[in-house]
Amino acid sequence: MTAGMPARRLLPRGVREFLTALPFLLPSMLLFGVFVFYPLGKSVYLGFFISNPFRTRQIFVGFDQYRDVLTSSDFISSLLVTATFTLYTVVPAIAIGTFLAVISNQKLPGIVIFRTIFSSTLAASVAISAVLWLVLLHPSIGVLNDGFDAVGLSRVNWLEDGGWAIGERATPWDMFTAWFIDPNWALISVSLATGWMNIGLFTVILLAGLQTIDEELYESARIDGAGRWSEFWHITLPMLSPTLFFASVVGTIFAFQAFGQIQILTQGGPVDASNVLLYSIYTTGFEAPFRVGAASVQALGLFVIMLVLTFGQFRLMSGRVFYR
Amino acid sequence: MEIQDREFFVLLGPSGCGKTTALRLAAGLEEANEGGIYIGERRVNEVAAKDRDLAMVFQSYALYPHMSVYDNIAFGLRMRKHSKDEIDKLVRDAAATLGIDELLKRKPGQLSGGQRQRVALGRAIVRRPQAFLMDEPLSNLDSKMRVQMRAELVRLHRELGATFIYVTHDQVEAMTMGSRIAVLDAGRLQQVGSPQEVYDRPTNLFVASFIGSPAMNLLEAEPAQVAAQDNSKKAGARAGGVDVRLPAGLANQLKESGASSLMLGIRPEHLGLNVTEPAATFDGQVDLVESLGNEQHVTLSLQRASVIARLSTTERIEHGSSLQLSVAPEHVQLFNAATKERIGP
Repeated sequence: MTAGMPARRLLPRGVREFLTALPFLLPSMLLFGVFVFYPLGKSVYLGFFISNPFRTRQIFVGFDQYRDVLTSSDFISSLLVTATFTLYTVVPAIAIGTFLAVISNQKLPGIVIFRTIFSSTLAASVAISAVLWLVLLHPSIGVLNDGFDAVGLSRVNWLEDGGWAIGERATPWDMFTAWFIDPNWALISVSLATGWMNIGLFTVILLAGLQTIDEELYESARIDGAGRWSEFWHITLPMLSPTLFFASVVGTIFAFQAFGQIQILTQGGPVDASNVLLYSIYTTGFEAPFRVGAASVQALGLFVIMLVLTFGQFRLMSGRVFYR
Repeated sequence: MEIQDREFFVLLGPSGCGKTTALRLAAGLEEANEGGIYIGERRVNEVAAKDRDLAMVFQSYALYPHMSVYDNIAFGLRMRKHSKDEIDKLVRDAAATLGIDELLKRKPGQLSGGQRQRVALGRAIVRRPQAFLMDEPLSNLDSKMRVQMRAELVRLHRELGATFIYVTHDQVEAMTMGSRIAVLDAGRLQQVGSPQEVYDRPTNLFVASFIGSPAMNLLEAEPAQVAAQDNSKKAGARAGGVDVRLPAGLANQLKESGASSLMLGIRPEHLGLNVTEPAATFDGQVDLVESLGNEQHVTLSLQRASVIARLSTTERIEHGSSLQLSVAPEHVQLFNAATKERIGP
């Protein structure tokens, strides 16, 4: 019997349990509060104001700024660019990552060397990867165009040709048709670099996913009469679906968070052709004329989109992905 | 090793003896470095697994976890491009045979061990292959289920009239189910025969000690002249100072073999308290009495060795008491200690 016992009994059971849980929750509540919830609230607040660069003076405009920013053609254009960028960086990278994971999952001598090579882009920092691709893609002194010259192909205006995205009224249909007439080489260039970085990560996680598949399933399928392709289609792919789903979610989040490679390669240009949403938030808020309120609104827009997208992905995939 | 058509053939051996490898060679999952594998008259070394017309049941069942029971069973037929109606009929037939018609819509994850086992069997029987290969299919079941499935497999074998090749390390499964048993050790075939043959006349020391529980008593011995019933000296053996009379036929074969050191084998059930005209009698002290209810296993320590006897529980035997156990001449088995081979018929 301790002296504290009677006092504790005075409190209802639920409250007592909450008080016990509190010290365990406090550290993460503190972290989330300082770095997530406070900035989130502050962004909502800032969205209501138009201010001068250092916010020494600000004018309350209410929801007007939300309406203006979220319906502006700049915002819509950067959304389109972001969506295209996501498509370009996730789908091919997953396809290539799956291919590399499958071939490096074979039991061959020295396969570890190939696994290391295939996953090495995971270890390269964004800045280094971006500079590497700058050297490759530079329109006038890049290695790739020199190579094109050597084999008689016409040079491509990597990084600098905005294609369809020049002009703020590009519709999705414009984007689609322009792909074949006037591709947005700037965005493709940035996507190449980003996709290349993703391949390493996707190869690693897909390889890990492949290795959890029981070898006997393949043996059983072989006796059942399945060929290589059927094995891949009926065993590998369904068994890998949770990993593929995970890779697609991570890839999408990465695409929405891409910043460094865009800053180094194109700075969002030319004329917003590679201006993804995150980069647009940065230029709006931290470059003259420092429109912090508008940037906050864009950030909130990004937040809501991510929320919807992630929920949507889980909803869409929940029925099709097989979890053991 | 030759397996007859429609036979229930069991590959038996301790783990690592090569029995699973033998099965996988037959299935086409491993490639043979040398030697030929034939199914009927056809050499199949270069034939792909899917074209050998075999079905395999894996130890882990290897059910496709993302497919329903129906799809699991239908998979092999779909790969072989059967028509939809045909597949449906065959799958339902197979499910009915195994009593799993109610489970067709479930996923393997929702099934018990015994049910999964049946699905794995269903996947095999639905294709009506020439032969079934089974790799320790019962080892993941609890003991009650195992006994039930044992009977079911025997019934299935009879109904299908197909060849079964069954791998196990469990001698009870081998003895109860097999029409013939092949005992393997360290990658080598030790003996092939009916369960009774293998039990009664093991060809070497490995088979003798591997089959039977409790294991056969093996005592070091050497050839010797021993006193016969009429006190004349006859050819026999001596094990740890105990004279062992041998039947005339066995004594001759011992002489012919020229073996100088022997192992004497006696099954625990052949050691008894009251044996008329015994070949040998062992005096010793009771070391351990394990009662199983219907019988008791008595460990008797001799001067240099110990023997286990399987006795009826009607005899009250005290721990630590001294006891005499005898064996009849026809139950004495001899092995050449140097070559480890059996001497005698």
